[in-house]
Amino acid sequence: MIAFVLRRLLQAVAVMLVVSLISFALFNFVGDPINNMVGQETTLDERAELRRQLGLEDPIPLRFARFIGNALQGNLGVSYRMAEPVGRLILSRLPATLELSLAAAVFALLVGVPMGVYCGLYPRAPLARLFQAVSLVGVSLPTFLIGILLILIFAVHLNILPSFGRGEAVALGWWTTGLLTAAGLKALILPAITLGLFQMTLIMRLVRSEMLEVLRTDYIKFARARGLSNRAVHFSHALRNTLVPVITITGLQLGAIIAFAVITETVFQWPGMGLLFIQSVQFADVPVMASYLILIALLFVIINLVVDLLYYAVDPRLRLDRPGKAA
Amino acid sequence: MASGSSERALARAWDSDIAYSFRSSPLTMAAAAFTALYLLGAMLAPWIAPQDPFDLKQLDLLNAFLPPVWEVEGKAGFLLGADDQGRDVLSTILYGSRVSLLVGFASVVLAMLLGIGLGLISGYAGGAVDAFIMRVADVQLSFPAILIALLIDGVTRGLISAQRHEELAVFVLVISIGLSFWVQYARTVRGLVLVEKNKEYVLAARVIGLPPALIMLRHVLPNVLGPVLVIATINLGVAIITEATLSFLGVGVPSTQPSLGTLIRIGNDYLFSGEWWITIFPGAALALLVLAVNLLGDWLRDALNPKLH
Repeated sequence: MIAFVLRRLLQAVAVMLVVSLISFALFNFVGDPINNMVGQETTLDERAELRRQLGLEDPIPLRFARFIGNALQGNLGVSYRMAEPVGRLILSRLPATLELSLAAAVFALLVGVPMGVYCGLYPRAPLARLFQAVSLVGVSLPTFLIGILLILIFAVHLNILPSFGRGEAVALGWWTTGLLTAAGLKALILPAITLGLFQMTLIMRLVRSEMLEVLRTDYIKFARARGLSNRAVHFSHALRNTLVPVITITGLQLGAIIAFAVITETVFQWPGMGLLFIQSVQFADVPVMASYLILIALLFVIINLVVDLLYYAVDPRLRLDRPGKAA
Repeated sequence: MASGSSERALARAWDSDIAYSFRSSPLTMAAAAFTALYLLGAMLAPWIAPQDPFDLKQLDLLNAFLPPVWEVEGKAGFLLGADDQGRDVLSTILYGSRVSLLVGFASVVLAMLLGIGLGLISGYAGGAVDAFIMRVADVQLSFPAILIALLIDGVTRGLISAQRHEELAVFVLVISIGLSFWVQYARTVRGLVLVEKNKEYVLAARVIGLPPALIMLRHVLPNVLGPVLVIATINLGVAIITEATLSFLGVGVPSTQPSLGTLIRIGNDYLFSGEWWITIFPGAALALLVLAVNLLGDWLRDALNPKLH
């Protein structure tokens, strides 16, 4: 157990080190930091002095160590484009992205699971076939096209939902939320559906195939033989057993949702981290890019680590397998 | 010897089973027909497009925002309407598809070559090399491909100047997308190589003293190509979507050589003023192309899967 956890932790740290190395390289080999800081009338001597003061003349391993130290303290540099500390910039955009991602995940679960259950119970029903066809089309449509279509229908033609921004956001300390106002909630609908649609089809297909599989097992036949009602068999026997993989996949997909938020935020001009990142890529704003890179990597490493450890805790077979594999 | 084994692989690929499953699925045939027509249209764009959208002499700003021909203000010669610069939308789609398909195919080929190479090395060499390649693959697989493509694109953008980037945009895109999709090929090839390398024909080749590189390329490789082909077909759709997404986000090809994604981004600005055709038609073209390619991929996967026969 301890060996497994340690190995996973070591792998996580290794990934983070590689990612920070890439960010560090970005900082140091893209442009001259001094040029970004001083005006034209600064003399060469003053520049050299500044270089020494900032520690740019030190050996590279020392500078890398200092970079990591700064990053650990949340000091991620200053954005070239916005002239603001990157840490504060990202922190101010974080709530928008997290609220959007959470709403998308909730939408995917609340719609995907019932659809999947229905398709699993009645695989030949016309409605189930329709769901299947829609999910195939949904997979083939890129996220941004879905967003554009939704805007065209609900914002341009029907004119009932806003197509950009967060509506009205309320500040709770440093956290701004759009969940407390009607305008904020209305603004959330289209982006959340756009972002969650792919995950919804994924969950639907997963629940459907799991349900089909579980319904064939002996304990379902036995439950029917005991004379339990359809409802009891379907929901407390069959559905419950399909939920473990569903929860795992949703957990793993949470990272993907936050990553794909980049696209949705661009379509809907949603003021989150993804939009910030895309704008900084367009302007080659290195500090923001590097920090986003580190932050997203950290997020994925944590999610994967937690899922792996949970698997290990939930599935006893892994515990037996591991030592044999290692030996 | 080499031509013999690749001919055999070809003969196996065109086995009658596959031909039969193709004939018996109207949906697959429709998808194949659509894909073939689309490819032909894109390749022949300079000859069949009503207009060359990059030739300024052929453009007339008076034609800007013309709606499709079946609407009241439509004009003959502009079947799907015209965009903000008076360019025929059908022509820009035909020309834009060339860029989309080029980037899609090129990045799939790059990912395939890289993945097959690393998979062969990993499977055949084993030991520390195998462990290293597979750990890297594991780590990369835990991030979504589009994010990796976005990051590689961002890094190169930082490294080269904006002007150079404009010229190199297509290469940068191909490399970013190619590098983000190699893992699937490497894993599949490695798994197949592990099975194949203990078979008698490989042992025989080893006994007669052939060098490992030769054994891998001439003997093992042809036997693992089937599944690779399936992944490549399914990946083509994903690669085209990835390119379109990056271009839509404004970090793909520049608007001087627009792809379908760029066209959709340009049209998106006019959605609210009612000029829906500038963005919806390139979007529909993209969606239909990807749907057709995905259907072909699904069919190929089932046809090559011996368990389903």
